Amino acid sequence: MSGLTPQLVRERVRGTILERIGETPLVPLHRIGAGLRGELWAKIESANPGGSVKDRPGLWMVLAAEEEGRLRRSRTVLDATSGNTGVALAMVCAVRGHALELCMPDKASIERKRIIRAFGAKLVLTDPLEGTDGAIREAQRMAAAERERYVYVDQYSNPANPLAHQLGTGPEIWEQTARRVTHFVAGVGTSGTIVGVSAALRPKGVRIVAVQPDDPLHGIEGWKHMPTAIRPAIWDERAADEHRVMATDEAIAMAKRLAREEGIFSGVSGGAAVASAVAVAREESGRIVVLIADGGERYLSTPLWE
Amino acid sequence: MPVTVRLPGALRDVTGGETKLTASGATLREVIADIDRRHPGFAARVLDPSGGIRSYINVYIGEEDARTRGGSGAAVPDGSDVMVIPAMAGGR
Repeated sequence: MSGLTPQLVRERVRGTILERIGETPLVPLHRIGAGLRGELWAKIESANPGGSVKDRPGLWMVLAAEEEGRLRRSRTVLDATSGNTGVALAMVCAVRGHALELCMPDKASIERKRIIRAFGAKLVLTDPLEGTDGAIREAQRMAAAERERYVYVDQYSNPANPLAHQLGTGPEIWEQTARRVTHFVAGVGTSGTIVGVSAALRPKGVRIVAVQPDDPLHGIEGWKHMPTAIRPAIWDERAADEHRVMATDEAIAMAKRLAREEGIFSGVSGGAAVASAVAVAREESGRIVVLIADGGERYLSTPLWE
Repeated sequence: MPVTVRLPGALRDVTGGETKLTASGATLREVIADIDRRHPGFAARVLDPSGGIRSYINVYIGEEDARTRGGSGAAVPDGSDVMVIPAMAGGR
């Protein structure tokens, strides 16, 4: 294990842009939350410098590899991603001086490709029909073929991914709510957010709600339909007290409401998480925190905002 | 002459496991309707209730994004390769 702690992470990134990762705002959803039994608060992860929640695991996974002595300058960081983790890793590797290669489904949105290339990373495009699972298989193949060359950080299996949330996101929410948070709602992709925040907050009595897309063919970026996807090694269903599903159309409608009613321009996954949190808040009272993973800017060229 | 339609793994459940089909039709809507006759429920997964391509799905006819060619009304030339992919794996 890397022995990473928040203090060590702060020390390693002091004086760089990476110092701004985390400590994201928690804001109340006054209009969308009006008339509900529970009180809704949104954790705005687009405030991270790389624009998404993935900055947290991106930073911790690279620093963990450095601390473990696996990431020497001659080696190349490798992972599979359809978007935000790629941007996060590209930003972190640019600052830390590492080469990076990312496997990504071909025809991924042009913004993501350009942002990642702007940070100096190399893209390996995979069959778009295979989605992110195809990108994962290609990264596994590359890592196995050239073991000395690549450090495969593997966000789906890397314990530093949930650890970033266990020691970062979770405690932040606890303090920002003055220790009054009662529920935490987030989507499941790698599952790092749910598993990590659960480890931090469930022992304090917080109810953890995990949400998945309702269909294998969905438009909720970054989320996984677990029954039909490659199962992340870090995923543990028992981390959540409750499992819900969300339809893409409902998620898109809520993302539009977030922009118009709350001034929060969110990605579709943020809409999906908030729509799920609204469902929870209709049924239960308490202080419900929902994680909005990224902003809508990253999807402007997709049909979702036309 | 039929067209070839390639589908993501996420639609296997409605096509009985197939991800490469042949179909016929002069427009994308007709091609989708042809597949739907053999695999009921297929059209509802790809098209929204108004008959347009669902916002989270991209359809390519050859290298062209069908949305730039009239959406579900886009012409599908004989022998075309049609590809259906989740938009989350690809914007434009």
